[in-house]
Amino acid sequence: MKMKRASKIYTALIMIFLFAPIAILLVFSFNEAKSLSVFTGFSLKWYRELFRDSETLRAVLNTLLLAVSASLISTVMGTAAAVGINKLRNKVLRSTLDSVTNIPMINPDIITGISLMLMFVFVGRLFGAATSLSFWTMLISHITFCLPYVILQVLPKLQQMDQALPEAAMDLGCTPLRAFFKAELPEIMPGVVTGLIMAFTMSLDDFVISYFTAGNGFQTLPIRIYSMTKKTVTPKMYALATIIFFVILSLLLLSNFYDEEAMNKRRQKKKSKEK
Amino acid sequence: MKRSLSLLLAAMLLCSVLLAGCGGSGSGSGKTLTLNVYNWGEYISDGSEDSFDTIREFEKWYEQTYNQKVKVNYTTFASNEDMFAKLSSGAVSFDVVIPSDYMIARMAENKMLLELDFKNIPNYENINESFRGLYYDPDNKYTVPYTYGMVGVIYNASVVDEADAKGWDLAWNEKYKGSILQFNNSRDAFGTAQYKLGLDVNDTDHLSWDAALAELKKQAPLVKSYVMDEIYNMMESGEAAVGTYYAGDYFTMIDAQAEGVDLRFYYPERTNYFVDAMCIPSCCQNKELAERFINYMLSPEPAIANAEFIYYASPNAAVYTDEGYIEEMGEEAMEILYPDIENFSRNYNEYAYRSLDQATLDYVNSLWETLKIN
Repeated sequence: MKMKRASKIYTALIMIFLFAPIAILLVFSFNEAKSLSVFTGFSLKWYRELFRDSETLRAVLNTLLLAVSASLISTVMGTAAAVGINKLRNKVLRSTLDSVTNIPMINPDIITGISLMLMFVFVGRLFGAATSLSFWTMLISHITFCLPYVILQVLPKLQQMDQALPEAAMDLGCTPLRAFFKAELPEIMPGVVTGLIMAFTMSLDDFVISYFTAGNGFQTLPIRIYSMTKKTVTPKMYALATIIFFVILSLLLLSNFYDEEAMNKRRQKKKSKEK
Repeated sequence: MKRSLSLLLAAMLLCSVLLAGCGGSGSGSGKTLTLNVYNWGEYISDGSEDSFDTIREFEKWYEQTYNQKVKVNYTTFASNEDMFAKLSSGAVSFDVVIPSDYMIARMAENKMLLELDFKNIPNYENINESFRGLYYDPDNKYTVPYTYGMVGVIYNASVVDEADAKGWDLAWNEKYKGSILQFNNSRDAFGTAQYKLGLDVNDTDHLSWDAALAELKKQAPLVKSYVMDEIYNMMESGEAAVGTYYAGDYFTMIDAQAEGVDLRFYYPERTNYFVDAMCIPSCCQNKELAERFINYMLSPEPAIANAEFIYYASPNAAVYTDEGYIEEMGEEAMEILYPDIENFSRNYNEYAYRSLDQATLDYVNSLWETLKIN
């Protein structure tokens, strides 16, 4: 009995630590005054202000544009890489490739950021460009650090898959490409989707690497918020953070729902096989 | 399920194409000029709360005046050091930057600034005479001042006795133990102690810094915490009663002060002065356009809007003599923001921080660490 109460308190504490900051942010985004300490009344003022602030909205658009394109490209590249790694028969080569692709993930962001910036500047100088950093360099950087997460999600799915599956498809007359899309891809889809969502969120909230590789004129949201610290961060940002929180939450729910459905399907398949 | 997934993917792709579409517009056509501006965050009137949208208005004004489209890429930084690092990486090019005085001196020393052509900046004549020939730009070649200000003492009059509110001593007063805030950066924190003791803040003699450290150590047990922009919330809520910060920021705090908190402000006799100024870095791609932008920033409408938005004092006569502006700010604010503007140059050159040589900087930072560890 005692244990039960203790475990309840423990769970409650964990929940408070996890969600209290977000709750505070949410509440104060509806505050009428500018202050973070006094709640003077409910108002949608900061949401209105947010939608009037063209520079911040542009930063949000920039961030989304970057996150969407980086996650899509890195999902395609990552899936292809995972398929390639999975097909390797040479064990040494395979484990080497596996660890090499993991390096950008383990490497501290700050080192990835600085080295990417140095490389872009170096290449830019080579071609005599005045500004070597732009949207494109940021995109390349984001793809670089998203890629390992996609591979990490897709590779296990490929390994779980019955290796005879694509062979059977080709036996039945599929070309290798068609076999991949018809037989392999549906099987590894949950991994691909999780990889895509992970890459998207990683790119969305990256600060360090973006900070080093941002050019003039293309500012992402985290960089913009950071630069507000000379004066105070305005409550518009709480409003924005609240919106982003709910968007991410719904994405997460969507991915969970998808996983569940895929799981159910597999169970049903197994059952019908047993019959 | 597969269909819904492919729909999701298609939607995302469409989004990215659409977004790319609006991101790319403007830079596409050859006729549109681009101006890259690099400024502090929240340091320009940006159209929020029905204020003047400086950047958009500049684009409109430019098209009307010169019959040419211009697209301003406006980017922000959080500190002078961030800005310096970004510029000296050589990876970006900006046309107008707005750093603080000591950083300007350092940039000029490193040949990172271009000389301005004042023929393109006729509004410069509105700048008060006191802002010419300041130490960071003695020959008025590189800069046009944007804002200036001074450090003062902010206190909560419902806690602090009026009789104690004098000089730097208030920040060392035992009575307010546990509710005093001090700067969380070495230069400003040491500065308060040096001004209090009557020392030169730009001294290279270690003894002077040691004396300031001793003074800060005396203060340490009274200090609630060492803060930068956290000071806003702590003063507004009444959590802290005494803090030292910039005059302009005091007005931001007043706007948001809680019930029962009565914030007041005064200047100690000796204090720090700063100037943030517009200048053109050597990586500039279109100098004439940059100069026109600077000139536009000095013209009455944007200059007044910016001064009202930032709450910092403006060296621009078109601002501080404007009746609408004076009325908007109020008498008290005008007195605090513009004390003794005619003697600014003398006070500034005597009291303002200058860039220290590396050896002194290292020494100060090592002292700062010993203070923060204890």
